[in-house]
Amino acid sequence: MKDYQIYVSVWAALLVLTLVTWQVSYIDLGLANAAVALVIASFKASLVALFFMHLRQESRLVWGFAVFPLVILSLIIFGTLSDTLFR
Amino acid sequence: MSEEKAAQSGPGRGYLEEKGWRSWAYTLDHKRIGVMYLFTTLFFFLLGGVFGMLIRLELLTPGPTFFSDQTYNEMFTMHGSMMIFLFIIPGIPSGLGNFLIPLMIGARDVAFPRLNLASYWLFIMGIIVILFSLAHPMDTGWTFYTPYSAKTAASVTVLSFGIFLVGMSSILTGLNFIVTIHQLRATGMSWLRMPLFIWSMYATSIIQVVATPVIGMTFILLAMERLFGIGLFDPDKGGDPLLFQHFFWFYSHPVVYVMILPAMGAISEIIPTFSRKPIFGYKAIAYSSIAIALAGFLVWGHHMFVAGMSVYADVIFSILTFSVAIPTGVKVFNWIATLYKGSISLDSPMLYALTFIFLFIVGGLTGPFLGSLATDVHLTDTYFVVAHFHYTMMGGTVMGLFAGLHYWFPKLTGRMLDERPAKTAWAIIVVGFNITFFTMFITGMQGMPRRFAEYPEKYQAGNVISSIGAAILAFGILVMFYNYVRCMFRGAPAPADPWRGKTLEWTVPSPPPTENFETIPTVTGWPYSYGGKGDGDA
Amino acid sequence: MPDEGGKVETAHADAGLAYESSKLGIWIFLGTEVLLFGGLFLAYAVFRIKYPELFHRDHLELNRTLGTVNTVVLICSSLSVAAGITAIRNGKADVLKKSLVVTLLLGATFLAIKYFEWSEDFAHGIYPGTDVFFSLYFMMAGVHGFHVLCGLLVMAWLLVQAGRGRFSAEYSTPVELTGIYWHFVDLVWIYLYPMFYLIG
Ligand code: HEM
Ligand SMILES: [Cu+2]
Repeated sequence: MKDYQIYVSVWAALLVLTLVTWQVSYIDLGLANAAVALVIASFKASLVALFFMHLRQESRLVWGFAVFPLVILSLIIFGTLSDTLFR
Repeated sequence: MSEEKAAQSGPGRGYLEEKGWRSWAYTLDHKRIGVMYLFTTLFFFLLGGVFGMLIRLELLTPGPTFFSDQTYNEMFTMHGSMMIFLFIIPGIPSGLGNFLIPLMIGARDVAFPRLNLASYWLFIMGIIVILFSLAHPMDTGWTFYTPYSAKTAASVTVLSFGIFLVGMSSILTGLNFIVTIHQLRATGMSWLRMPLFIWSMYATSIIQVVATPVIGMTFILLAMERLFGIGLFDPDKGGDPLLFQHFFWFYSHPVVYVMILPAMGAISEIIPTFSRKPIFGYKAIAYSSIAIALAGFLVWGHHMFVAGMSVYADVIFSILTFSVAIPTGVKVFNWIATLYKGSISLDSPMLYALTFIFLFIVGGLTGPFLGSLATDVHLTDTYFVVAHFHYTMMGGTVMGLFAGLHYWFPKLTGRMLDERPAKTAWAIIVVGFNITFFTMFITGMQGMPRRFAEYPEKYQAGNVISSIGAAILAFGILVMFYNYVRCMFRGAPAPADPWRGKTLEWTVPSPPPTENFETIPTVTGWPYSYGGKGDGDA
Repeated sequence: MPDEGGKVETAHADAGLAYESSKLGIWIFLGTEVLLFGGLFLAYAVFRIKYPELFHRDHLELNRTLGTVNTVVLICSSLSVAAGITAIRNGKADVLKKSLVVTLLLGATFLAIKYFEWSEDFAHGIYPGTDVFFSLYFMMAGVHGFHVLCGLLVMAWLLVQAGRGRFSAEYSTPVELTGIYWHFVDLVWIYLYPMFYLIG
C-alpha cells in the first residue's frame, strides 16, 4: 500500500505544479515567465524520474546512463549557441 | 566439439556446423550475426571501391570524358555514402565486434541476442530502402548539406529514411554491447583485465548510442523540409542553413571515432601478440579510448570554419580540436613502446598493423593543419582533405580491419590464410595506396578542389599518378579477397591458437562451438602476459 | 566501481541478471531518445533566442487550456502505469489489466485532444512551414505524439499478454520497461507544454 501512497502524492504534486505554472503564465513577469516555467517543468520532470521511473532506487550505473545524455545534450546546445549567438 | 576430435577429423565446424539459409537468417548466435555483418559490409566496401575507381577513371583527364558532370556527382556521393554508412561505420563494430566481444569477455552470447538479430535485419531493411533511392540517385555528396539537399531532384527523402534505419540498427548494436560488457564478463574479469579491444568497443558503443540519434533527427528534419517545407534550414523562412551543419557534424565528427576506435582496438591486440611482449601502458591505452570518445564530442565545429560561423565558435573549436590529438598520441606512443625490444614476427596481421600505425600517423598529423584556422582556410575543400581522410579512414580503419581479418581469420573460419598471397597483397596495397593518396596532398596544396569532375590542365599530372596508384591499390585488394575466398574453403585447418594470443577467444577451438565455452572460464590475470617484466595485472 | 565481473554464466541462466540487464538497456535507450528530441530542443533554443517576438505572438494562437488538459491527462496516465507495476509486483494481475486499460484510454484521450487541436490549427491556416515557431511546434508535438502512439501499441500488446497470464510477481520485466518508457514520454511533454503553450 505504501508504494501506492507515494505515487498518489507525487501525482498530486504534479497536478498542483501544473496548475501553478498554468496560472502564472497569465501574469506578465517579463523574462521571468520563461524562467519560472522551466524551473517548474524541471522540478516536475525530476519528480517523474525519481519516483515514477524509480531512479531513486537505481544503481550508480543507471544514474550514469541517465545523466550522461543530458551532459551531451548541453554540449550540443552550448556549442551551437556559441555560434548562433555571436554570429 | 573437443579439440582432439577436431584434430582427427580435419577442422571442426563449430558454430558453422548447421547448414541452410534459415540457420543463418534466424540465428541468435552472435558469431553468425557478426559474420553476416562482415559479408554485408565487405560487399559494400567492394562496391564503393568500384565507384572510387570510376571516379579515378574520370579524373584521368581534365575535361568530362567518360561521365557527365551530373553522373560524376552521383558517383562520388555513392562512393562516399556507401563507404561511410554501409561499410566503415558498421564494419568493425558490428562485424568483428559481434564476433569477438562475447568470446573475449568469456560470455556465451551478447546480452540481448534477439535484439542483435533484429538490428542486423534493420540494417538490411535500411539498405533496401536506400536501394529504392537509386531511382533518382543522390548528388549531394555524403554530407547532404542544405539548402541544396532540400531542393535537388534526387530522392533525398527516401534515402533519409533508409539511413535512419541503418542508424537505428547502429544504436541497438551499441546498446547491446554496452550492456554485454557491463553484465556478462566472466568471473575475475575486472575492468582492468579486459582486452583492449573491449575497451575500445565500449568507447565506440557509447558514441554510437549518444551521437546517432542526433543524425536521426537531422534526417527527419531534412525529410520534413522536403515534404512540408518546414523551413528550419531555409533562410527565406527565417531558418538557418548552418544549423543543419551543426546537426550533421555533431554526429559525423564523433562518428569518425566510431570508425577508428575499433581499429585501434584490433591493433592493440595484434601488436603485443606479434612482439611477444606485454602491451606497454595498458591503462593509458584503455583510458585514452574513453578520452577520445568524450573529446570527440567537443570539436565538431572544425568542419565549419569557412561556412560563416561566429568568430568565437571558430576559435573555440579550433583550440578544442587539438585536444583530441593527445589521447590519440598516447596510443601511438604506447604501441611503439610495445614494439621496442620485442621479438617481432612479421606475419601478415602484423604487417597490416604496422601499416596502420604508419599511415595513421600521416593521416593524424595532417589533421592539425585542417584544425588550425589559418591553414584550413586555404586547404578546406581541396584534395588535401580528401588525402587526409583517406589516410585516416583507409590507411587507418581499413588497414586495421584488414589486420583484424588476417588475425582472426582462423577463428572465424577454422582455416588458416595463405601467408604468401597475403603478404603479396599487402605489398601491392601499401604501394598503391601511397601513390594514390599521397599525391593528393600535393594536388590539394596546389589548390585542386574536391568534388569536381573537371579541373584545370595544370593538375593533370598529379591526377594521372593518383589514378595509376588507384589501379595498383585495387589490384592488391582483389588479390587479398581472392586469398580470403580461397582459404575459406581450402585453407589448412587452424589450431585453436595459431598466433599464441592470450585473450580468451584463443582458448576455444577454431571455429568456436555454438555456445563458445564448455564451461565459463575464470580469469586470473590480464590478457597480455608474455612472461618477463610486466606480467600480471596492469 | 568494485565490479569484478562474472555475475553468472549467461543472461538467460539468471533471471535477476536478465532483469538488471534489461533495465540498463532501457535506460540507455532513453538516453538515445533524449538526444533524438535533443536536436529539436537545440533548434528551439536557437530560434527562440533569435525571434523572441515571433515566438510570443505565435504562442498566443495555441489553445492553452487544451494544452493544460493534455498535461493533466498524461500525468494521470503515468499514475495508472505506476499503479499497475506495483500491482503486478504484488502478483495482482487483474489490477494490472485494469490499470493498463485506464492508461490506454488516457493515452487515446491525449491523442484525440491533439487531433482536435491540430484540426483547429489547420482550419486557421496554421501549418508546419507557416513559420519557424509552428514548424517546431508541429515537429516536436508530432514526434512526441508518435512516441505516445508507439507506447499505446506496446501497452495493448501487454494487455493481451497479461490476459494470457504471462506476468506475475516473479516476472514482469516487459511491464516495467514499458512503464519506464511511458514515464519518459510524459516527462518530455512536461517540457513541451511550457515551451509552446506558456512562454512561447
Ligand atoms: C578503393 C580506393 C579508393 C579510391 C580510389 C577513392 C577515391 C576517392 C576520390 C578520388 C574521392 C574524391 C571525389 C571528389 O571529391 O571528387 C573520394 C571521396 C571520398 N571517399 Fe574515397 N576512395 C577510396 C576508398 C575509400 C574508403 C575506403 C573510404 C572510407 C571508408 C572512402 C571514403 C570517401 C569519402 C567519405 C569521400 C567523400 C565523398 C564526398 O565528397 O561526398 N574512400 N574517394
Ligand atoms: Cu571532424
